[in-house]
Amino acid sequence: MTAPIQPRSSGAQRYWNPYVAGFGLGLTLLLSFVALGVGLGASGASARVAASAAHTLAPRSVEANRYLGPWFEGGSPLASYLVFMSLGTLVGGWISARFAGRVLVEIERGPRSSARLRLALAVLGGLLVGFASRMAGGCTSGQALTGSALLLGGSWAFLVAVFAGGFLVAPLVRKEWQA
Amino acid sequence: MNLLEQGRLDTPFGFAAALLVGLAFGFWLERAGFGSSRKLSAIFYLRDFAVVQVMFSAVATAAFGLVALDVLGWFDASSVYRMPTLLGAQIVGGLLFGAGFVAGGWCPGTALVGAASGKLDALAFLAATLLGSLVYAWSFPALAPLQELGACGIVTLPQLLQLAPSTVAALVVAVALLAFAAIHRFAPRDHS
Repeated sequence: MTAPIQPRSSGAQRYWNPYVAGFGLGLTLLLSFVALGVGLGASGASARVAASAAHTLAPRSVEANRYLGPWFEGGSPLASYLVFMSLGTLVGGWISARFAGRVLVEIERGPRSSARLRLALAVLGGLLVGFASRMAGGCTSGQALTGSALLLGGSWAFLVAVFAGGFLVAPLVRKEWQA
Repeated sequence: MNLLEQGRLDTPFGFAAALLVGLAFGFWLERAGFGSSRKLSAIFYLRDFAVVQVMFSAVATAAFGLVALDVLGWFDASSVYRMPTLLGAQIVGGLLFGAGFVAGGWCPGTALVGAASGKLDALAFLAATLLGSLVYAWSFPALAPLQELGACGIVTLPQLLQLAPSTVAALVVAVALLAFAAIHRFAPRDHS
């Protein structure tokens, strides 16, 4: 067994201890519970941006859609705390990466993967994750992290299923990641 | 009183508060190394355990903290929004999500951090999640039976196990510590 993965570029700082980062993440989730009354979320913003973009192309069709329609009843689907939380996540990630010298424009992949294979699988994975997040009512943030901390039965089932799905498919995409 | 109870979550003040919480969220994800798809995907090859270590220490911290605040009478934990259990949709959705996670190398939150770190594969993944959510929206009527399968409202582990929330939170902490001990026992060498 080899050591944990660290940034490859020489100027970049090492990642923090996972327990320290996990503790900080847990306190952030607790702050979200206490201040906002809701946990963390990420997939909601992407669905709302998608709905908003689709609405500019086909407003009637989107408003008539049973899933997306209700988001337009109170105005724009972008007028949601979820969108602003994700905006914050983007900026917070950038601040952290910038100060640690970890901003690097690249197509990150394993040593045997071409850039084309990596991008194709990133798109395929994104399609699946976008679809599955709507089906499950949240992603690793809104269900696995938040729901598990709230001790919700369905969220723990989701968490277990995510790891099961990941381990089942991992051998099929080994070339993308591993030597 | 939290912002949800006050009905102020989806107001400009709520947006500003959510933005600040998001800043901290993105910061910790990036510090953990989750702006790297190589690091995230490595859990599925048992090559790097940070995903499990970070996730379970976060869940244990927040679960224990919330119960503690409630027991001390400082915060009413029942005021926090809880998602209903949709067992069929959450299991099938979870399996598809896991498949997409290892193929794509990201989940929605970490992909934001990856994009902020300059990762072009994160941008491709994020663009595809937009499309994936629209595919779901347009197949929604057909998927209704699955969404109703095992839908049983808000179900908590304390209800299922017939234990006090504080006991279950303590169990979550204990299981997390056992998992960390197992990682250090069976995957030695600098997994600190």
